[in-house]
Amino acid sequence: MSEPILSIQNLQVNYGGIEAVKGISFDVPEGEIVTLIGANGAGKSSTLRSISGLVKPRSGKILFKGEDITGKNPTEIVSKGITLVPEGRKIFADLTVKENLRIGAYLRKDDISEDLEWVYSLFPRLKEREWQAGGTLSGGEQQMLAVGRALMSRPKVMMMDEPSLGLAPLIVRDIFSIIKEVNKQGVTILLIEQNANMALKTAHMGYVMETGRITMSGPGQELLVNEDVRKAYLGG
Amino acid sequence: MGKKLKTKAAPEQRAGTILAAAALAVLYVFLFLLDNALPTNSFTVMLIPVLQKGAIFALVCVSMNLLNGFTGLFSLGQAGFMLIGAYSYAIFSIPAEQHNAVYQYFEGGIIKFSIPQILGNALGVNLGNIVGAIICIIIGGIVAGIFAALIGIPVLRLKSDYLAIATLGFAEILRAFFQWDGLGKLTNGSNLLRKYTNFHDIKIQLGGFIYQLDTVFPFLIATISIGIIVLLVNSSYGRAFKSIRDDEIAAEAMGINLFKHKMMSFVISSFFAGVGGALLAMFQTTVQAAPFRTSMTYEILLMVVIGGIGSITGSVIAAFLYIASSEWWLRFLDSGQFMDMSVPFFRDGFRKVVFSVIIMVIVLFFSRGIMGDKELSFAGMIRKFKNKKAKKAEAGKEVDPE
Repeated sequence: MSEPILSIQNLQVNYGGIEAVKGISFDVPEGEIVTLIGANGAGKSSTLRSISGLVKPRSGKILFKGEDITGKNPTEIVSKGITLVPEGRKIFADLTVKENLRIGAYLRKDDISEDLEWVYSLFPRLKEREWQAGGTLSGGEQQMLAVGRALMSRPKVMMMDEPSLGLAPLIVRDIFSIIKEVNKQGVTILLIEQNANMALKTAHMGYVMETGRITMSGPGQELLVNEDVRKAYLGG
Repeated sequence: MGKKLKTKAAPEQRAGTILAAAALAVLYVFLFLLDNALPTNSFTVMLIPVLQKGAIFALVCVSMNLLNGFTGLFSLGQAGFMLIGAYSYAIFSIPAEQHNAVYQYFEGGIIKFSIPQILGNALGVNLGNIVGAIICIIIGGIVAGIFAALIGIPVLRLKSDYLAIATLGFAEILRAFFQWDGLGKLTNGSNLLRKYTNFHDIKIQLGGFIYQLDTVFPFLIATISIGIIVLLVNSSYGRAFKSIRDDEIAAEAMGINLFKHKMMSFVISSFFAGVGGALLAMFQTTVQAAPFRTSMTYEILLMVVIGGIGSITGSVIAAFLYIASSEWWLRFLDSGQFMDMSVPFFRDGFRKVVFSVIIMVIVLFFSRGIMGDKELSFAGMIRKFKNKKAKKAEAGKEVDPE
């Protein structure tokens, strides 16, 4: 296993007065897909939000390539190369597809035309809809746009919050194959999902979260056949 | 989907820019003639002030739209910032020898100089007035911007309604503050500021002739200011503003510093409100804090809503229509007669009744304003015209429905 690009150590997060994350530790190795699975309210989203700087952790450490980034603001974290695809896509409805993508590269000062082409080659559908307002896209297209927008910051680590939420099964399959494709091109992925089946099939490494703690971990394929995981999350 | 995808920098775009420039040139020639050559009659006597005030309010509406329409910050402090701009302008442009007369209750005030006058000594009276007025207008904008930065620190952490309440309160406090005797040496208390450089003092000497620029001047300032706002809205900062409007959390996740960008939008919007206030001071020839009340902000907000929140051309069109109808076109309703017939219920105040009905109709049937969030542009018109032509040409063949 290679050197972890992201290392979470004893992270505690309070969210709205509730202790959402109660001291978790895990590593994200460079170039892999890591998934956190768990039920609603297990603290998955709070974990991602604190890594991306949207909420400040109560205690613990977040290391990115060995550097302590705990409590830094989102601007710094995005410019270091960690980006978040937020839950529910949250694309900018009144901006065009292209403007949405350009916002993704907002902090970059260099030429973005190559990355725009890259995103369009990953999602040809977005190229067709370039001048359409983001809000007029279908759910699947919006998810593609959200991923494309995140990629425009040229991230080293892309974190995805429930990418399959509210999408038809066929679209979900598309999204996961895109996740794999993006990962192959060198982007490390930290994925949180309620759709444990798809997530574990895709991920190299999986962690199971329950009420703010990590209760199980192992390679994705291994967790997929684990009795407890099957019972709790895979319906049998 | 037979809809053609738009491509940027199309020939229409270029043609549109040229047409817009030409239209502006024609407009300015007309305004210049209006100021100098056209005869004074009952028509021009109404037209000139309506155009002047329209230009001022167009600018103020666009500045409000930058904040409310493009950044999604619902602020109601516009009248307050205009007040600051108007006062700052007036204070620095009252001629030195008039200070004792203007500040008669406050020992001639503490500022004893006049920027237009100082420049007038160096550049000649006319040029001094123009440059001095511009400098004082910019000072008005800057002071308004500084106030905005100061109150922005606490206020911009509030969301939606709370921001509106806080800015509204701020504007009201400011109005009281400027009428306070303790500041009398600067603001003249609740008395008028007057005798400063106004639109009628703006003239230019060319080859022995002196030309008036009464209407050209406010249009010039408004055009430049609106132009700057348009450039800003179309820049990457403008995109960031719009993304904050659409979804704050997503914008933050993209690395956009929310507070910094909100502050930027707030300060810039207030700067131009201050500029608008300074122009209004020039227009009125006297300034007093009392009329800069909440109802003025509501009037501006009404124009923005009628024009369309998020549309700059909409704001401009609405401002001119609003000012023209409230000050001019509906005047006959107050006159007691119509087409030489005496109409008994056309009396003082009836104009406002009709005006309110018109506004209700607009709000009911054009709930997104005249323009929605679209812009009126020559390029767009050309494109539409071309599409229509193309459709006509294809009418014979089979066209898939759009």
